[in-house]
Amino acid sequence: MADAASNDGFVVFDRVQKSYDGETLVVKDLNLSVAKGEFLTMLGPSGSGKTTCLMMLAGFETATHGDIRLGGKPINNIPPHKRGIGMVFQNYALFPHMTIAENLSFPLEVRKIGKSDREAKVKRALDMVEMGDFGGRRPAQLSGGQQQRVALARALVFEPELVLMDEPLGALDKQLREKMQFEITHLAHQLGITTVYVTHDQTEALTMSDNVAVFDDGRIQQLAPPDQLYERPENSFVAQFIGENNTLEGVVTEITGDTCIVKLDDGEIIDATPINVSKVGDRTTVSIRPERVEYNKERLQEGVHTLKAEVLEFIYMGDIFRTRLRVAGNDDFIIKTRNAPDVERLTPGQQIEIGWLPTDCRALDA
Amino acid sequence: MSDTTNTSGPVLAADGTPLKRSLAKALRRQKLRALLLIAPLLLFILISFILPIADMLYRSVENKIVVQTLPRSVEALSSWDANSGELPDEAVFAAMAADLKEASEAKTHTKVGSRLNYEYPGIASVFRKTGRKAKKFDIENGGPWKEELIDLDKDWADPGIWRTIQTYSPSVTSGYFLNAVDMRVGADGPEMRPESERIYMNLLVRTLWMSLLITFSCILLAYPVAWLLANLPTRQANLLMILVLLPFWTSLLVRTSAWKILLQQQGVINDILVWIGLVDDNARLIIINNQFGTIVAMTHILLPFMILPMYSVMQTIPPSYLRAAKSLGATDWTAFWRVYFPQTIPGIGAGSILVFILAIGYYITPALVGGTKGTFISNQIAFHISTSLNWGLASALGAILLAVVLVLYWAYDKIVGIDNVKLG
Repeated sequence: MADAASNDGFVVFDRVQKSYDGETLVVKDLNLSVAKGEFLTMLGPSGSGKTTCLMMLAGFETATHGDIRLGGKPINNIPPHKRGIGMVFQNYALFPHMTIAENLSFPLEVRKIGKSDREAKVKRALDMVEMGDFGGRRPAQLSGGQQQRVALARALVFEPELVLMDEPLGALDKQLREKMQFEITHLAHQLGITTVYVTHDQTEALTMSDNVAVFDDGRIQQLAPPDQLYERPENSFVAQFIGENNTLEGVVTEITGDTCIVKLDDGEIIDATPINVSKVGDRTTVSIRPERVEYNKERLQEGVHTLKAEVLEFIYMGDIFRTRLRVAGNDDFIIKTRNAPDVERLTPGQQIEIGWLPTDCRALDA
Repeated sequence: MSDTTNTSGPVLAADGTPLKRSLAKALRRQKLRALLLIAPLLLFILISFILPIADMLYRSVENKIVVQTLPRSVEALSSWDANSGELPDEAVFAAMAADLKEASEAKTHTKVGSRLNYEYPGIASVFRKTGRKAKKFDIENGGPWKEELIDLDKDWADPGIWRTIQTYSPSVTSGYFLNAVDMRVGADGPEMRPESERIYMNLLVRTLWMSLLITFSCILLAYPVAWLLANLPTRQANLLMILVLLPFWTSLLVRTSAWKILLQQQGVINDILVWIGLVDDNARLIIINNQFGTIVAMTHILLPFMILPMYSVMQTIPPSYLRAAKSLGATDWTAFWRVYFPQTIPGIGAGSILVFILAIGYYITPALVGGTKGTFISNQIAFHISTSLNWGLASALGAILLAVVLVLYWAYDKIVGIDNVKLG
């Protein structure tokens, strides 16, 4: 859980709850603080409440309970058009009956900005997303990627301090998505705007954000920078949701300082780092990333426990090898190894021993 | 793609025939099958729609009856100068006597009489009266026919009769059309009828004007309903949709009669207004058998035709557009007017065309609730088809109505663009 929201954040959710039907809470006691200039991603499976949070921030949904503050001022009762928040929608929502330039000019017109000023700003915004030559076209004449750029330019043209993005890259193909991920982050940092980005794509969240808030079941499960999120998940949901993950279940038999011994359900013993287990006898799910598993005996640390494993499948993926093992009764134990000259290619049926650093193996909630 | 040895000339298929020809050959079977599939519909449309329209257009100018019934008189009259003010000479009267004898034997004299009566009231009785005696005419030995005919009916001494016969002797006439726009063929060519005899232009203008009012009130009433239909949760929207469609499942006559009950002077609405004291019992509102009644009843009856196209267009507009507009700083009204409304114009256009075209051709409802002031041109067409039996005039009026619709359609295409019309 995130700490209780501090008041110095630019965007603050303070004990926010949301219910649509008066029976179930879609958002449960949300506390979140986003610093000025920060790129925060709300990541979570569908139905986890992340989009509802974004809509509450934009003003299209009202919070059932709690305060949302922007720049220190509560905005619960401010209508969306007075919040001055730029927003990029999932399907871009470019107005089909206006040209690109008219689309960009719209937020300036409703702000009663003079014509010459308007034209200059529209041009600058279009140039910024490298769409300078497309001002006269209609949205339907542009490709998905181009529409995406225009939507971004439109959300930025009136120079908002906060921009919200609701799965803006969902409709693009993989290559374009990766390119746009880079461009959006680049632009956001360059302009120094605060960005709240919603996605269910964890790669997107990891590559783009300063901080990621992982949502599940209406709560923030973990709020951390991408590397911490990946390497030090705080609970099994985050460990499972972010990246590929191997899990083994067992009982804690010994805790000494920052290491513990876990006895797996089939009797094997492993070393792990205790995260949210507190005492001997706790059930735990240990989590280990596929690329942190070692099977080369020479590289294994002295004195750590190893496990027997049987190779079930070997998949050649070019830059890496992906091997599926049977470990402690788990048939879906994956390991990933870099394709290097000195790496042994495993064959199905082969019996190996695997191990890892205790710091890479985290004993989480059961 | 042409290969390098054959850079000029048509592209050839593998066997050397031009590619275009082999493509046409390949597609011929497919086209033939498609044509066969739509053949029944095509035939139906041809028989029930295109042929009647063609027949109507033909009838509006067809005038063979005069020259067929009175061939000798028509020929004899051709040299007569209608503007001389004198009666034609004996030869013409003799020709007429011979024609009438023949016509009365074939019993066609009354038909030509009523045809000419449209143009010159009174001719019908002259023909009927003379025709009764004409069987006994002795063409060889009788005469002089001038005196004899005038003796039978003194109207034969009216040069107007002869001029009418002469004017309407060609087998194609513009007479019906002139009649339909309140004109007639006078001594110096086409002229307007006297003020008191003008009917159709006023009626046409009234029809167009009232149809416009009906279309406009339909837009006003349908827009919010369509918006609700498109934006309510499915359950409520379905219920509302049933309410919209309910009138479709009720007979037109029942609906119109219902309006009679509501609107008449002793009707429900007047009773309520009197009861709550808004209207004095002695000054009950006259809201039926006039234009108001027609507009109310027809707006109600045509409303679904406006709602449905609007709804189908509004349904395709995602709510994110309105949200986007608001997030960009637009107030609710600006977001609606600048973003939502322009996108619904195709629906309004489609509904308007549908309602307007249906309205100008409507005739049952105006006949029942329109009184004399609220009737449409279609009511006159119906009158000429079934009562006065002047099918030529009815056809001409119909042709004018058709032309007006086509012109409006063309104008709509120029202004709004027919591509912008969406029916679903």
